[in-house]
Amino acid sequence: MLKRISALILAGATALTMAGCSGGGDGDSSASNGSSGGGDDKIVMGFSQVGAESGWRTANTKSVQESAKEAGIDLKFSDAQQKQENQIKAIRSYIQQKVDVIAFSPVVESGWDTVLKEAQNAKIPVILTDRAVDSKDTSLYKTFLGSDFVEEGKKAGQWLVDQYKDSKDTVNIVELQGTTGSAPANDRKAGFGEIISADPKFKVIASQSGDFTRAKGKEVMEAFLKSNPKIDVLYAHNDDMGLGAIEAIEGAGKVPGKDIKIITVDAVHDGMQALADGKINYIVECSPLLGPQLMDLAKKVVKGEQVPPRVVTEETTFTQEQAKEALPNRKY
Amino acid sequence: MTRFLRHRLFWPVAILVALLALNLVFTDNFFRVQMKDGHLYGSLIDIVRFGAPLILVSLGMTLVIATSGIDLSVGSVVAIAGALACLQISDLGDQNSIGGVLGAVGIALALSVVLGVWNGLLVAGIGIQPIIATLILMVAGRGLAQLITDGQITTVNSSPYKLIGGGYWLTLPFSIIIVAVVLALTAFLTRRLALGLLIESVGGNAEASRLSGISARGVLITVYTFCALCAGIAGLMISSNVSSADGNNAGLWIELDAILAVVIGGTSLAGGRFSLGGTVLGALIIQTLTTTIYSIGVPPETTLLFKALVVTIVCLLQSPAFREKVFHRRRRPQAPSPVTEEKVRVSA
Repeated sequence: MLKRISALILAGATALTMAGCSGGGDGDSSASNGSSGGGDDKIVMGFSQVGAESGWRTANTKSVQESAKEAGIDLKFSDAQQKQENQIKAIRSYIQQKVDVIAFSPVVESGWDTVLKEAQNAKIPVILTDRAVDSKDTSLYKTFLGSDFVEEGKKAGQWLVDQYKDSKDTVNIVELQGTTGSAPANDRKAGFGEIISADPKFKVIASQSGDFTRAKGKEVMEAFLKSNPKIDVLYAHNDDMGLGAIEAIEGAGKVPGKDIKIITVDAVHDGMQALADGKINYIVECSPLLGPQLMDLAKKVVKGEQVPPRVVTEETTFTQEQAKEALPNRKY
Repeated sequence: MTRFLRHRLFWPVAILVALLALNLVFTDNFFRVQMKDGHLYGSLIDIVRFGAPLILVSLGMTLVIATSGIDLSVGSVVAIAGALACLQISDLGDQNSIGGVLGAVGIALALSVVLGVWNGLLVAGIGIQPIIATLILMVAGRGLAQLITDGQITTVNSSPYKLIGGGYWLTLPFSIIIVAVVLALTAFLTRRLALGLLIESVGGNAEASRLSGISARGVLITVYTFCALCAGIAGLMISSNVSSADGNNAGLWIELDAILAVVIGGTSLAGGRFSLGGTVLGALIIQTLTTTIYSIGVPPETTLLFKALVVTIVCLLQSPAFREKVFHRRRRPQAPSPVTEEKVRVSA
């Protein structure tokens, strides 16, 4: 027993140093004594976050932490620093701590079967948040709470169709894709393509990956501007690539939002600011604030109630006017 | 003609020309350079502008490789320098104050130098293998960059800072002017003064150099420091170009591109000899390849395969052994002794 506890503390310490996050400190130290009894009726949730790679992710973390506090759920939080092995370690330590429910945002899609089976054998329900896993055995997790990226692409496409419904001219579209092969990139492209393919006047004349970063978004857009003399619309799979592209468009002596209409996805703070400034025309929200929904699901799952296998995050869209209104109250 | 063919920079130049010719066929107006808003504008300008950070990092890498070392930490230094500069500037009351921006740039470059000295001490002072010594900073440095930016993308709005990577001076991109200055300085120091000879001699045989009175340790620390400084400047360019610092993605994998540029340029990984001109060509080839992919519209799913194919061809053409096999009928009479890529042995 003593061996086990010391191993646990060691594991916790390693996880902490690797994660380098100060916030999780108190949660982890209380883990070894508090949860093992399981006598009190407070639900204990182990949550493994991808990392802190963007404002979006930080807002996601905050939302989970705050709503756990509100819902009276004891949250054990760990940061995986974008590494799957850290995340697997964290989940294993939650299994050892016998938490009531495990939630995590998988860093990558594959390679989760073993650790999820361990959780299943320990009879701990698992909820996926934000990102899916490609496991064929869907009984390994209770539900997947997250955005529907295809739907986001469709919303972007629908706005475009509405904007140009009175025009008969060809609309030349360039697309900045996310990281090649990632789920948001694939799905946002597919959803968008599905809607605009209904009308042949919409033409995607160039589509390249900008890796979800500003630097690449700018570089790719520069090349697009030179090789395609007439671009009407830019569709970027996230705000950051759109922001990079805006700089390229301005550098080419064109006015972003007017000469070239811009649609992006995410609605992070800098993107909303650009939308309010009129440089972006439309943003489809990909909301990180899924904490309250997650806590509701967790309570149901722990009680043993049935939950739908797929829950979509509540999300909206923003026009320039809506952005001006919403901007002061945005959490991220 | 044969002398021309046998020049060590012939193949890199030929490849660059071939890539540009590909664009001539596939992309309209690729070679058109026009004036826009008082500066030059066109695809060729883009290539040098976006290639500037890679050229800088590769220059530093060339000298490190010439000492038969390697520096894997440049990508992390890129991220740290950009992050620190943007953090400083975002704390300024007036982000457009030139003094404040210069201060931020100074602090970022000073930290880069410190990181370079750290690498140099690990390699030369303690004697850790370069690939391991710099791996430490490669892994830890990105964490440091994230710590500085708090894991966020730090956005700044400063026109003096913007000049470094995204601005123009005398119609030319400012970044390429910086590169020209650093290149001229490096060429002067290594080719006009004895430094280049010392570097090559340490790379050829560090022990023999030490016995003949060269301070091998000092030379090594100097090149690692120079390499980190170059990476630091590149980091400022990359973050300045988009007016933001991204600790996660800035300079990601640039070390691999830089090593590739050095190798394409004809510098041997075994050390002992180097070519600055070749490295610049190598970096330009890589950037031209990237721009070509965007311009001619290679689908993103096949981009990496396309790059791999081109790089394989480039490396094969660069290899004297391969050329000897393929072209040997034509070349053997004129060139009885092929260029050997062996280590240069320095005898005292």
